[in-house]
Amino acid sequence: MSFINYINREINCKIVFYGPGLCGKTTNLQHIYQKTNPEAKGKMISLATETERTLFFDFLPLALGEIRGFKTRFHLYTVPGQVFYDASRKLILKGVDGIVFVADSQIARMEANIESLENLRTNLAEQGYSLDKLPYVIQYNKRDMPSVASVEELQELLNPNNVPYYEACAATGEGVFDTLKGIARLVLGELKRGGAGA
Amino acid sequence: MTNPQMVMYEEEFNQIQTIVDRLVREANAQVVFIIDKNGQLIANAGETEQLDTTSLASLTAGNIAATGGIAKLLAENEFTTQFHEGERSNIHIQLVGNRVILAVIFDNKTSLGLVRLRVKKASEQLNLIFEALLTKVQDPNQETPFAEITDDDIDNLFRD
Repeated sequence: MSFINYINREINCKIVFYGPGLCGKTTNLQHIYQKTNPEAKGKMISLATETERTLFFDFLPLALGEIRGFKTRFHLYTVPGQVFYDASRKLILKGVDGIVFVADSQIARMEANIESLENLRTNLAEQGYSLDKLPYVIQYNKRDMPSVASVEELQELLNPNNVPYYEACAATGEGVFDTLKGIARLVLGELKRGGAGA
Repeated sequence: MTNPQMVMYEEEFNQIQTIVDRLVREANAQVVFIIDKNGQLIANAGETEQLDTTSLASLTAGNIAATGGIAKLLAENEFTTQFHEGERSNIHIQLVGNRVILAVIFDNKTSLGLVRLRVKKASEQLNLIFEALLTKVQDPNQETPFAEITDDDIDNLFRD
């Protein structure tokens, strides 16, 4: 649910990076944080365990520039990927404007991808949203790893509706900004239509 | 629609700002801020210069969401009030109309009792304003400046 502020002339949108454990959601945000000008970003917050696994969420506020005299501000969130953090994951989805599903391209992680995607659909439905109506892109991460599935296989398994997808290697930053631009584009397009994905 | 858009107009903003300004004074607080449940900062007052208000807003909303999750597990609707006590600063967090969050940061120049009393009064007033604002936002005749956004406008954001 975007927040339009006529006083500061700002549009605020919430984007959530979703995906299975260790797929690289936090790494995506870290790369964006490192490569963004200081004036365009706020502090990145990570609520993580001692072993640096996301416990509740990561948060990164980002300014993208002006559109029709309004500053566009994006609040990027990740969810904890580990299966047993489902209660926390649900909370982060509240008021979401756009979703990036970060899939792990490694063949060994295919089941985890499918499970996480199903979990995303269930959790969205509980809040009254449908993934088919929300701005939504997929990122095929870890393309540099050995034994990865082909993009065709990933598409067939994870992207039946053929939403925009991006190949990435978040650890080196490849594809990270393409993904961000892709989802920002869809979210702003939705704003134009005045929809809310419900 | 389960997900109405949040819009803030000048008229309502001024009313809200008057209330938070007064609350800072009357509760003798350091900072007062109002956040929507999704973590967007709506208004603030007091000594905010040294504070990262964006992060505070996001974390406070996360805190309210987590507490709401606990409430659900205990078959409660919501826990509407939270208080965190520190060595120098304390924070009092109040859910207003199950819609926005009123947070007050204060030190030992005031007392929890006074803060609670003033927060109670302020939240009643805020609740009325936000109810009126929601009705206004949901009015289908309300114009949006974004209907005119073109694909070029969006593309221009991403030109390096």
